[in-house]
Amino acid sequence: MSLLQVKNLVVEFPGRRGTLRALDDISFDIAPGEILGVVGESGAGKSLTGASIIGLLEPPGRVASGQIVLEGQRIDNLPAEKMRHIRGKQIGAIFQDPLTSLNPLYSVGRQLVETIQTHLPVSAAQARERAINLLKDTGIPAAEQRIDHYPHQFSGGMRQRVVIALALAAEPKLIVADEPTTALDVSIQAQIIQLLKRVCRERGAAVMLITHDMGVIAETCDRVAVMYAGRVAEIGPVHHVINQPAHPYTKGLMACIPDMEQDREQLNQIDGAMPRLNAIPRGCAFNPRCPQVFERCRVERPELMAAGATRAACWLHAHQEVAA
Amino acid sequence: MTRNCSFPGMGSFPLWGKAGMGASSLLESGAAGPHPNPPPAGEGADQPLVRAVGLAMSFDVSPPLLNRILERKPRQLLQAVDEASFTINKGETLALVGESGCGKSTVARVLVGLYQPTRGRFFFKGQDVHAALAKGGRELRRGIQMIFQDPYASLNPRWKVADIIAEPLHEHGLVQSRAEADERVAALLQSVGLAAVDMAKFPHQFSGGQRQRISIARALATQPEFLVCDEPTSALDVSVQAQVLNIMKKLQRERQLTYLFISHNLAVVRHVSDHVGVMYLGRIVELAPKRTLFATPRHPYTRMLLDAIPKMHDTGRARTPVQGEVPNPLNPPTGCTFHPRCPLANARCKAERPALQAIGGVQVACHAVEEGRV
Repeated sequence: MSLLQVKNLVVEFPGRRGTLRALDDISFDIAPGEILGVVGESGAGKSLTGASIIGLLEPPGRVASGQIVLEGQRIDNLPAEKMRHIRGKQIGAIFQDPLTSLNPLYSVGRQLVETIQTHLPVSAAQARERAINLLKDTGIPAAEQRIDHYPHQFSGGMRQRVVIALALAAEPKLIVADEPTTALDVSIQAQIIQLLKRVCRERGAAVMLITHDMGVIAETCDRVAVMYAGRVAEIGPVHHVINQPAHPYTKGLMACIPDMEQDREQLNQIDGAMPRLNAIPRGCAFNPRCPQVFERCRVERPELMAAGATRAACWLHAHQEVAA
Repeated sequence: MTRNCSFPGMGSFPLWGKAGMGASSLLESGAAGPHPNPPPAGEGADQPLVRAVGLAMSFDVSPPLLNRILERKPRQLLQAVDEASFTINKGETLALVGESGCGKSTVARVLVGLYQPTRGRFFFKGQDVHAALAKGGRELRRGIQMIFQDPYASLNPRWKVADIIAEPLHEHGLVQSRAEADERVAALLQSVGLAAVDMAKFPHQFSGGQRQRISIARALATQPEFLVCDEPTSALDVSVQAQVLNIMKKLQRERQLTYLFISHNLAVVRHVSDHVGVMYLGRIVELAPKRTLFATPRHPYTRMLLDAIPKMHDTGRARTPVQGEVPNPLNPPTGCTFHPRCPLANARCKAERPALQAIGGVQVACHAVEEGRV
């Protein structure tokens, strides 16, 4: 059984000039211990998907329909107080900027101990012991001394390690990591990704890794979901999505990333830009930019359908669906 | 021959010529002297367009005077850039790469004259830029322009695009009338793939990639020969990044532009550059033609950086992470500043700072490479 199921999730932002639909009918699931990558460009709705799962949608944003089910329990309609217990205990969160996820006024030890004691029935001494072990586990040297330091005394990479330790403090089954390495240098990024992979594998925690960096997805994830304009454009095993993408958007996205393996005078480019939420085209949201667009794309919206080894929301694969 | 030219306090400043490497690239003034002779004005046949000689920039980050007196704190200098020497030929691109805080943006700011360098000189078409800027130097300012990282911060939100792009034209007296300015702005907008009617809009009506194209159009307004681009695509999504990089390459071909391209993204650098300089803690540690650098990196830091790039089509393969972190630049390690993270460091690396020197066709500052320990 899957650990997390997102079924037909719709998130809306009511406003004076009408309601904006930011997430439009998103469905996917995550198996225990699996790493699911979520990629997309700015405004595709990937962070919003993460925020809905951890119950931190900022008002006036709200889940308009659909369900989020964690270990058989529906969590999208829980009262804030109940959700607070699930967040941390069952779902850990890691955000982009480690400085804003830590309280600058408390030592990292105090923040860790507080988190551990909130979710686990342990004494203060035991909690501190646990906190030191967590810091050691996340590769912070001299953890016994560093535990009493404040966030500003840590470098960016070290802070992100502390944030990972915090997310793991209550042994959650699922970690939602929203751009965990975007603020870091490439050398530190590799360290943090390896750390995240190792600690999650050791604890059997599943990860939803949200990023715009295809390279990070390629080396880290088991499966990947590509998002475009609030919808899932393609989802499948990472190897297939990267090497044989089925959706024209994924193809375009892969082709415009300059890579280290080949020399090209000209990068492929997808002309135009992602539509604004108040002007999403009819039919397939990608149709104005799509090189393979045909009549049906302009009128009818494609759902995810079988496309080779992956599933893509694209009418080019309609015949396969019928055959299957 | 390992050193091209050296003099006290400046180490060596090896430079490449047109061929880009090897003996043919040696500095024209081979003899040592207290200062290199400024070459005659005007463009020689093999005169590089841009030449930086031992540029250094330090910032005073001392505590306030009263604290220094009462708490007996010493003066503190942050050496942001040290001994940066390079040349760029007309129509070519030099990329500077490195991690945050390695001084690459400071080099950019020194080159456009936003900072007066503490030491060293910078020649543009054979002319000493900072000496000329001290006397005004409008002609020079026209020839060197800059593109900034954040297209949301570098365009005035209260100005229309027409005014933004026309400002340098008016400032340098390149147009006489409003109609003439509009005509030039329209042509500039078209050259970066926007429409002439866009000049009546405000910056907020454009996406990030379009804004970056507006800043490119503004930089091109004075018909510069040299563009300093400080992380021009880092704030953009990949599909938009491709659009901007393609436009920059097209403009370079059409107008024989010379770029200094600053980036932390090695894949982008590999795409745009002809030569690459790798910086670490304010110093250039390796300077090589692009192909050589990516095929056979010499400096251990360059190797680590290349290993740290995720391989896209090799899914599931873990990278080799660089060990450790960049040290505090206020208190840099002795000797080679990379030695605490270097797998090849020995006693000499801890004690003696390696100078950038020509080894096998590239410029490397590393004892291990010099001694053949690699």
